[in-house]
Amino acid sequence: MIGRRHRLILVLVVAALLGGCEREARSFKGRTSANASKEPGVSRNPYAGNAWGVGQGKRLYTLYNCVGCHANGGGGMGPALMDDRWIYGSDDASVFETIARGRPNGMPAFGSRITESQIWMLAAYVESMSGRLPMDVLPSRADHMRYSTPENSRRARPPQGAPKGADE
Amino acid sequence: MGRRRALWACCAVMAAAASAGCAGPHHVFDPAGGPARDIAALGRLLFAVCTVIYLLVIAVLAWALVRRRTEADGSVETGRRLTRAIAAATIASTMTIVGLTAASAVTGHGLTSPMGPAAITVDVVGHQWWWDFQFRDVSPDEFVSSPNELHVPLGQPVMIKTMSRDVIHSFWVPNLHGKRDLIPGQVTNTWIQADRPGVYRGLCAEFCGHEHAKMAFEVVVETPQKFKAWIDHQRENASEPADEQERRGRDVFLGSPCATCHTIRGTTAASRVGPDLTHVGSRMTLAAGTLPNTRPHLATWLGDPQSVKPGTLMPAVPMSDADRGAVIAYLRRLQ
Repeated sequence: MIGRRHRLILVLVVAALLGGCEREARSFKGRTSANASKEPGVSRNPYAGNAWGVGQGKRLYTLYNCVGCHANGGGGMGPALMDDRWIYGSDDASVFETIARGRPNGMPAFGSRITESQIWMLAAYVESMSGRLPMDVLPSRADHMRYSTPENSRRARPPQGAPKGADE
Repeated sequence: MGRRRALWACCAVMAAAASAGCAGPHHVFDPAGGPARDIAALGRLLFAVCTVIYLLVIAVLAWALVRRRTEADGSVETGRRLTRAIAAATIASTMTIVGLTAASAVTGHGLTSPMGPAAITVDVVGHQWWWDFQFRDVSPDEFVSSPNELHVPLGQPVMIKTMSRDVIHSFWVPNLHGKRDLIPGQVTNTWIQADRPGVYRGLCAEFCGHEHAKMAFEVVVETPQKFKAWIDHQRENASEPADEQERRGRDVFLGSPCATCHTIRGTTAASRVGPDLTHVGSRMTLAAGTLPNTRPHLATWLGDPQSVKPGTLMPAVPMSDADRGAVIAYLRRLQ
């Protein structure tokens, strides 16, 4: 016979395991933001808590040659993405906007080139580079030879306020 | 009586099912090339030897169960005979195992040794979840990428260089050769040589993610003349649109996310993220052996790729029905 206490522990363990289901939930049909307005500070990235979406974002980041300018987060021709400085805003909607519509000084607009859910996946991965997403959704492996510390063992770097001279 | 008849019926069905699996475009025991023939021979040898041993063991066991004890069972003479029998069985078992190991080693060695100077070399690149067969020749303008469809000339050794862009896959055409893993960051070589024309099916033989089961390809074995004609055609740029609808399809394709991932040689689409579509209309299947390449299937695939192959990187690109119809007409033109 299972005692009442054991039953309680069992229920808690099952509940704890169920909590992990969302982490890998794969929404192949694509997620769009609950709030379509994409107002800064209002829109939430639908993949922010989803390890699969972040992982897809990581693949797309290489496939769409984001690496060409931003390297693997350390920056090059474009700004670094793994630090705490976010020139054009660090909230979900601003990152979406940066990818979709481009920014001055070189960032091209991808809005008509890739689908909306792909932009959200890329945005989620970009946010994960500085360790801003929950620890359990950060990627740990790369498709190629490892070039830096895996995202899930980097020190989280919360965004600083936008720098004064945001024109670099 | 009814039970016995049911047993016979069951046996007949099983035998029919087993014999039906003995030939076809995707079968180990229907070899169409040297290595596959060696593998099939080894398989038959193992099967035969194991069957004989199994029957012998069962027969001896049955005899031991049926036999009655006799007066002589405890005698010294019986003990000696028993020892001799055990020693003989041990020696026979050891020799069988050594023999089978040797046969296996010889076959395995034969599979990895070169077949001689290769007539052509094909780079096999694994992707989640499709295959890219790249034919390289001396000059870059002779480069051909034939996704999910490998053409090889009959009776000529073909060198296969395998590599992967993401995770470990495994290249396997049961009728032609053994499995060869595609390891990221490493190029491995194998050879195939088909001696019977036909279309054979290959697949990924190493679990590689969600759509591992829908990562198949066709191998077309054809005469060297036909192969030459095929590859010469593949080297050409894409056909021009023939009418107004196809022209519109091309414009929609080039202005939409389609062109971000796919190549159509002769246009501005030149990305290597997804399969090359320069001659997509000429291929047998869509989505890596998942659907036959017909107009309705193409419409299904473009309209909702995630219901055909959940998890594929190909997204449903939002566009009007008229635009999608035009894109389909254009892609069908790319023979």
